Amino acid sequence: MDVAAGAAAPDYLRAGRGLASWLTTTDHKRIGILYLVAILVFFLFAVCLGLMIRLELFSPGEQFVGNQGYNRILTLHGITMIFLFIIPSVPAVFGNFFLPIQIGANDVSFPRLNLASWYFYIGGGLFALGSVILGGVDTGWTFYIPYSSDTADNVYLPILAAFILGWSSILTGLNFIVTVHRLRVASMPWFRMPLFVWALYATSWIQILATPVVGITLLLILLERLLGIGIFDPAKGGDPVLYQHLFWIYSHPAVYIMVLPAMGVVSEIVPVFCRKTIFGYNFIAISSLAIAGIGSLVWGHHMFTSGMADLERIVFSLLTFLVAIPSGVKVFNWLATMYKGSIRLGTPFLYALAFIFLFSVGGFTGLLQGALSTDIHIHDTSFIVAHFHYTMFGGGGVMFLGALHYWFPKMFGRMYHEGAALVAFTLFFVGFNCLYFPLFLAGLAGMPRRYADYLPEYLVYHRTSTVGSWIMVAGIALMIANLLRAFFKGRKAEQNPWGGATLEWTVPSPPPAHQFASPPVVTRGPYEYGREHASG
Amino acid sequence: MADAGAARTSAAGAGGAEGGAHAGGYDPMAAKMGMWLFLFTEVLLFGALFIVYGVYLHGFTWQFRQGSARLSIPVGAVNTAILLTSSLTMALAIAALRRARQVRALRLLFATVGCAGAFLAIKAFEWAGKFTHGVYPGAGFLLEQTKGEIIFFGLYFTMTGLHALHVLVGIPLILWGASRARTGAVNPERCVFLENAGLYWHLVDLVWIYLFPLFYLIS
Repeated sequence: MDVAAGAAAPDYLRAGRGLASWLTTTDHKRIGILYLVAILVFFLFAVCLGLMIRLELFSPGEQFVGNQGYNRILTLHGITMIFLFIIPSVPAVFGNFFLPIQIGANDVSFPRLNLASWYFYIGGGLFALGSVILGGVDTGWTFYIPYSSDTADNVYLPILAAFILGWSSILTGLNFIVTVHRLRVASMPWFRMPLFVWALYATSWIQILATPVVGITLLLILLERLLGIGIFDPAKGGDPVLYQHLFWIYSHPAVYIMVLPAMGVVSEIVPVFCRKTIFGYNFIAISSLAIAGIGSLVWGHHMFTSGMADLERIVFSLLTFLVAIPSGVKVFNWLATMYKGSIRLGTPFLYALAFIFLFSVGGFTGLLQGALSTDIHIHDTSFIVAHFHYTMFGGGGVMFLGALHYWFPKMFGRMYHEGAALVAFTLFFVGFNCLYFPLFLAGLAGMPRRYADYLPEYLVYHRTSTVGSWIMVAGIALMIANLLRAFFKGRKAEQNPWGGATLEWTVPSPPPAHQFASPPVVTRGPYEYGREHASG
Repeated sequence: MADAGAARTSAAGAGGAEGGAHAGGYDPMAAKMGMWLFLFTEVLLFGALFIVYGVYLHGFTWQFRQGSARLSIPVGAVNTAILLTSSLTMALAIAALRRARQVRALRLLFATVGCAGAFLAIKAFEWAGKFTHGVYPGAGFLLEQTKGEIIFFGLYFTMTGLHALHVLVGIPLILWGASRARTGAVNPERCVFLENAGLYWHLVDLVWIYLFPLFYLIS
């Protein structure tokens, strides 16, 4: 490594000039930024689609997109948010940027593969957008058979998009696992790794083990449409419910791909802003693995009403309750960390608090669906929609924004306006609850999900929800404006603005292209504050 | 608890000892680990299809046996022998290269590619024979058979097709390895590329070892 790297070396943003230097980079930090830009574009696109859904539901009856248009917008909103935003969000952006730094490495194990996975991501994104140009798809993001095998819409493009994005996700996960094993500095044993690294490590295993299953399942849809192999077609002896099994074998673990990295970010932010060692480090680390393990065995709870043996349903219900335990372990540990801490209510900490609140609401309402009897009542109602927005958006999405606020000064070397960030957060949080909470009530009252229309009885829920969407989007707009302004003319950020003890805060902001001239020596745990001079 | 984590240093020292490799440098251990992880994804890719096979075998046991009777055991057996031989030549090629016997390694690699080509050729004749008898997805003849047979052949073409695709990818991969061995880019000190190609090839072989009995030998 370059011995002269250090104060004199240009930071990674200025290490090369021009678009070509970005598009051919193998620097994990630059690849993280490439992901950040692409993911934000797709996120804002999907937010607009979500706004259109809410506008259509402002009043009963057909408003402006019509039934078929509504189905297509709904599908595209789902595909974009799931495959292009939440699944890659935290790992691909902040994992790429900070995982190597946090373990004292200068890059990931396979830098070129890392860039390739970004191109896979962009390719998948273009396929998804291409399907819009060809008129959109009306199957829903789950591509359920027989919608996807029989629809007249062009379902090939979005399915190929999901397939390609799956490989992008697999390659990132593979890279992270090998990096954690091979490039961790010798002075950092497993149980001194930051919890963010633990969370990414667990996530990567799910990405590798679950994604191929959905990949082949999606290919089976293509073969069904192209050749009529009959595997999901009852007329030829096939079983459509088998599709649901295969789909959820991946897609339930996938919800942990979405939320585990977010939990990792919370585990970073909470101790830093409480000036206190994290409570129960080992339990948090192991609970990530437990969630990854048990979470792979609960897929059947998506299908309680699809036709399943009673014994199966009881087993899946039990496993679903079990997976709540490691999630609960994390929540209690975060709260215990705050207890008697010296709390500073910085913006990243507010996002972490919002995560704990929103994810707990989402988690508890998930138990109502895990219970067999209540699930019959709320299945396929807007209760489910509210639940997964609380867990996925309130979980993965919120912590993507939280991580952005936490690491922004490190990534760009500039500080955003904290007052504006606070206002944006407040608008976002209020709008979020106003948008999604009424959907719980509407669902309990019987409002079906995926409908473009509703009876006048549900007006109050839908109207509150739509108004909430405006407040939330105002918050997001202010947040983006604040961060953009900071990027161009924010005041310079110091090396360690929050007082973190993990390795990324020991390198300059923004870091030089080679952050470590020589491997750092880790002498203490990642959350031991006030013991800066103690050696481990 | 982090104090406990810090105290753990010596106990977990083995984990830390793994570290210290440099990003971007030659790290055969990392390359192999990456390859094994990739092979996990391949196993799961096929694994999902094996689950589907298991489910339908359970539902249509007798029809699957009737479908299996339409496949030629000698042809399948010859192909099995060819693939097993190719795995052997691949392993011998790597062993030869490790002992710096370049020419021998190249010959063995070409033998491997030759076996792969022979496997695909036999597979092509087999499929063509099925097509002429109207046994392919969507064919009128097949649709008149029992539901179990339709599914059996749907799975047969999907699974052997996906496997053949992997054989097809293996050929340029091994040729690439051979060309690198010829130029010396792959040599006794740096042969992880070829070892990984070998791992891939053995997996392709292994998948066939399951496909052969499941489709050909259940009649």
